[in-house]
Amino acid sequence: MTDLTSLGVKEIRDGVAKGDFTAREVAEAFNAAVADAAALNAFIVTTPDHALAAADKVDAARASGAELGRMAGVPIGMKDLFATNGVQTTAASHILEGFTPRYESTVSQKLWDAGAGMLGKLNLDQFAMGSSNETSYFGNVSSPWRKTGSNAAMSPGGSSGGSSSAVAARIAPAATGTDTGGSIRQPAAFTGICGIKPTYGRCSRWGIVAFASSLDQAGPMARSVEDCAIMLGAMAGFDPKDSTSLRMDVPDWEAALNADLRGKKVGIPREYRMEGTDQAILDSWEQGKAWLRDAGAEIVDVSLPHTKYALPAYYIVAPAEASSNLARYDGVRYGLRDLPDGSGLQDMYAATRAAGFGDEVKRRILIGTYVLSAGFYDAYYTQAQKVRALVARDFERAFQDCDVILAPTTPTASFPLGSMNEDPLTMYLNDVFAVPASLAGLPAMSVPATINADGLPLGLQLVGRPFDEQGVLNAGLAIQQRAGFTAKPEKWW
Amino acid sequence: MSVDKATVAKIASLARIRMDDAALEQMVPELNGILQWVEQLGEVDVTGIEPMAAVIPNTLRLRDDVVDADPLTGGGRQGDVLANAPAAEHGFFGVPKVIE
Repeated sequence: MTDLTSLGVKEIRDGVAKGDFTAREVAEAFNAAVADAAALNAFIVTTPDHALAAADKVDAARASGAELGRMAGVPIGMKDLFATNGVQTTAASHILEGFTPRYESTVSQKLWDAGAGMLGKLNLDQFAMGSSNETSYFGNVSSPWRKTGSNAAMSPGGSSGGSSSAVAARIAPAATGTDTGGSIRQPAAFTGICGIKPTYGRCSRWGIVAFASSLDQAGPMARSVEDCAIMLGAMAGFDPKDSTSLRMDVPDWEAALNADLRGKKVGIPREYRMEGTDQAILDSWEQGKAWLRDAGAEIVDVSLPHTKYALPAYYIVAPAEASSNLARYDGVRYGLRDLPDGSGLQDMYAATRAAGFGDEVKRRILIGTYVLSAGFYDAYYTQAQKVRALVARDFERAFQDCDVILAPTTPTASFPLGSMNEDPLTMYLNDVFAVPASLAGLPAMSVPATINADGLPLGLQLVGRPFDEQGVLNAGLAIQQRAGFTAKPEKWW
Repeated sequence: MSVDKATVAKIASLARIRMDDAALEQMVPELNGILQWVEQLGEVDVTGIEPMAAVIPNTLRLRDDVVDADPLTGGGRQGDVLANAPAAEHGFFGVPKVIE
């Protein structure tokens, strides 16, 4: 029998439906792979029983002739930012250690309703703040990839680093991610997998630990464009419990996949040719243009003049929202409480937050508090929100001349864990190509393109018009078909 | 603009994060690095531009004005609400004494 852990979402779902194997066999295979991969530190907790129970339900439904869901029999990893009923949910922070929700996030509930099961809760950067998965209270996540000829542990990207590591290592066929400023696309690029952030509002934020509410969006991470289309279809949809949820029908993205790009225009933003970008990345971008041209698309130059200001604007807006959102961790209602002897309420707040938050989280809360404080609000926050409006307007104008935008996902390939810790700014710059689409709320995807000279994967990014996930997925499919990306990490764990 | 140690101490106090001297000292250059970098936003001509309020045009909805319109977020769930509290007492959140 084929190794079940080599299969993706579509192959598992279709194989279970046809009876080639049972959902239970699939769940057992992945549970074993997860248990065998502790060295990656991709999971904070594993939930083999959840995966098995979901699988048994699917097998029983199939036996009774009932209709199967679009994720039926597929065990997935759940980023530990989604509240899961009865299963610890930490956002990779000490301040939420032990927190066990009594409710289920909308997105995870939708996935269970579609027949998926949970392998475990995936590690991430603490409160999704980071680009390397080195800020988790529960330890760094290792990428399954290594540089050719080196044993150094590499970054799986962040913040969805547990998700990217698990999917690339084939210990999960797919995983949820969340993207605030690149946290789905950058880790996908670093690990040679696909990941899509849909239009802001497509996926409900209800039950997702909040970081920056105007930016946070959930999305799927998997090894093919088809698998992403299937899983996104299961995750998306209107939710009255999220005030920014889009009241729109969810198209059948899977059924409408089409890599024929004749009549489509692909925009190449000239401002994305930035200094400090690896030559191999620029080469892969050229290759990407050739692939899309081969698929029938016309390549056109477009301009996004405010690109260089997107990242600094993000580092005002996101910390500002975070400082407000994270005010809820006070040691009163849930999570950690640090109550020094004889201290009062205010001391308890300050001690709890000092003990519970990691350094990067504190840094961002302080920045956010500062830019929102009296006297600085207009100079920083209002200015950043105006620049954000300009970044969004750039895209609006560019999309008058093209249907989808092609760009690199990241300026470099993955780097060794611990190699970028000197200065928080150098780490922030890793998201320079990902952040603009986040600020504008646009659907954006990373697909694997090639392997660099060090044997590490590189990704290409597609950005679409609002609500045009289909256009993004279709262009991604055209690249996938031509890139023929079959490289996978050699098992060392 | 740049911050000094006293300013960082003030911000930390506003943010309710206890920080000792060493932590404050370390944070000063880190925050200044970030603040100097975001200063470049000042170069952008934003004349006539409204600050963005929502990325995707959307109007806030009103739910039906009925009790427990959504049972998940409605009332009557005291046990669930208190389940994760560090110190739940008599059906309330327990906190250190705030009035003498």
